[in-house]
Amino acid sequence: MAERILDVKNLKIDFHTYAGAVKAIRDVSFHLDKGETLAIVGESGSGKSVTTKSLMGLLANNAEVTGGSIMFHDQDILKKSEKEMQNIRGKDIAMIFQDPMTSLDPTMRIGQQIAEPLIKHKHVDKKKAWSQALELMKLVGITDAEERIKNYPHQFSGGQRQRIVIAIALVCYPEILIADEPTTALDVTIQAQILELMKELQEKIETSIIFITHDLGVVAGMADRVAVMYAGQIVEYGTVDEIFFNPQHPYTWGLLNSMPTLSSTKLEAIPGTPPDLLDPPKGDPFVARNPYAMKIDAEQRPPFFKVSETHYAATWLLHPDAPKVTPPDEIVRRRQTFKDIMAHKAI
Amino acid sequence: MSEKRKKILEVKHLKQYFNVGKPDEVKAVDDVTFDVYEGETFGLVGESGSGKTTTGRSIIHLYEPTDGSILFEGKDISKLKTKADFLSFRREMQMIFQDPYASLNPRMKIKDIVAEGIDIHHLAKDDAERSKMVEDLLETVGLNRDHSSRYPHEFSGGQRQRIGIARALAVKPKFIIADEPISALDVSIQAQVVNLLKDLQREHGLTYLFIAHDLSMVKYISDRIGVMHYGKLLEVGTADEVYAHPLHDYTASLISAVPVPDPEYERNRKQIPYDASIEQDHPDNPRKLREIVPGHFVRCTEDEVAGYRKKAEAYKQKA
Repeated sequence: MAERILDVKNLKIDFHTYAGAVKAIRDVSFHLDKGETLAIVGESGSGKSVTTKSLMGLLANNAEVTGGSIMFHDQDILKKSEKEMQNIRGKDIAMIFQDPMTSLDPTMRIGQQIAEPLIKHKHVDKKKAWSQALELMKLVGITDAEERIKNYPHQFSGGQRQRIVIAIALVCYPEILIADEPTTALDVTIQAQILELMKELQEKIETSIIFITHDLGVVAGMADRVAVMYAGQIVEYGTVDEIFFNPQHPYTWGLLNSMPTLSSTKLEAIPGTPPDLLDPPKGDPFVARNPYAMKIDAEQRPPFFKVSETHYAATWLLHPDAPKVTPPDEIVRRRQTFKDIMAHKAI
Repeated sequence: MSEKRKKILEVKHLKQYFNVGKPDEVKAVDDVTFDVYEGETFGLVGESGSGKTTTGRSIIHLYEPTDGSILFEGKDISKLKTKADFLSFRREMQMIFQDPYASLNPRMKIKDIVAEGIDIHHLAKDDAERSKMVEDLLETVGLNRDHSSRYPHEFSGGQRQRIGIARALAVKPKFIIADEPISALDVSIQAQVVNLLKDLQREHGLTYLFIAHDLSMVKYISDRIGVMHYGKLLEVGTADEVYAHPLHDYTASLISAVPVPDPEYERNRKQIPYDASIEQDHPDNPRKLREIVPGHFVRCTEDEVAGYRKKAEAYKQKA
């Protein structure tokens, strides 16, 4: 069995605002094993970015962790002081941000920006750090690295900047790499290159990746496991095949159904908007937008029902007494594919 | 078939250069020619910097074209001179913008935002009629009638985009340019807005120029598609043709880069690289859009037509 390096248990985070406490994360648990890629998908406001910020100790001042633990190996990140976090951030857990235009310092040569974590965390001398920075620039595919190491961020294109951001994140060979929408700001052809690069580097330096995105296409190509978040909770998690081909939660159905594929002829939108987390619904958070909702969905939060060893979903539809419902056509089609894959695996 | 339909917009050899004559001259749109037929959706796709937004802005006359002409319902829009000319032109053609946070004035109430066109064109005879028109429009785009006295900050991104659509519809236009109307929205909301645009088109007989970089969404909403790259239009055809049988290497490369929400497909995906050097121009052998099979055009030289025809034939054999 793979080594477990991160274990998040019953995490709860509130944001204090003038309107009251926004319950952004409401009892979230997940884990990360060595070498795997976990994708967290969800809409804006679902809590996916807040979750990862808490792993880095980067929560805003008005945020309050009201419960739970984040175990990184045998230490609880939530109990660390800011000083201790500075020794973890960038060394053991590193992050790639969404916007490569704003995540680099415009006044610093990029060589120095890549070398900085080495000098700070690994106490490498400056000359050696620059030569390692050069190696890494070549590794992430910057041509003429010897020349360009002295350049400033504005001299690079968006795709190149994201390569540099990746180089900075990986320079200390972190155990966990958090990528928060790393390709959303890029064109599709550049996106494909960056994703390919991330996969290659993951193999080379054996890091685990938490990939935050709303793009299910990207998830399908990158993830080993997927957690679907909605309104501050994880509603379903499983292996990438289980989530895409055998989804159980109506929200996951809705997401898959509202994405156009190159062959789709009809789009089924999810009606309505996500709930207000100032006053979150007490039952299944998806109840108001769920065409399959039952009476109990409005009253009681569903527990996780086990679908397989690796696949769990929080929906009352999986309760033994629940009526059998037929999911949308697109989901039925996907489930057929799942049967084919499982049959193929059995052989 | 399509030849018999009425052309509502004809773009002929449009060139839109910036900083003309200076060392940093940019040929944002370089000799682009295409037609849009009444009642259809024409999708313009390309990466950032390909000139798709500039093309849209030239068509609605936010720029003076460097060269070429744009005919809307047979009339050259560069000949519009008087204020009255522009008023009647903009009543026919409206625009929906990309960023629903930046395109609504935060200090105006929704009813005043939506009614701005109604006021300018004097479409309502009194206040009561104006309010009724606004409320009807809000209902048309799926908002609440009593939202009209609120301010933009009270709405989510998807709702704001609906307000932008209501504003465009207020003057009952024939032609709407939608510039990346959904790229700032969440997945579950994108489908809502796209379906709304489709319904409105059916009910009001609208023609759309849909500009976007999201190829799967463009394919879904468009009847025909034009693929742009570096200011040039490389391929034009029906949406199904272009996606199933891409002829230009760039189109094939672009399609191969689109992530698909299907892990099986993604595991076997091969990205097709694209070498832009094949687009080099030869002065004695000019590249322009040439019809390869009926309704499907590729930008190429005379000599290359035969090769593309063979490629199209091979696709047909496969099917």
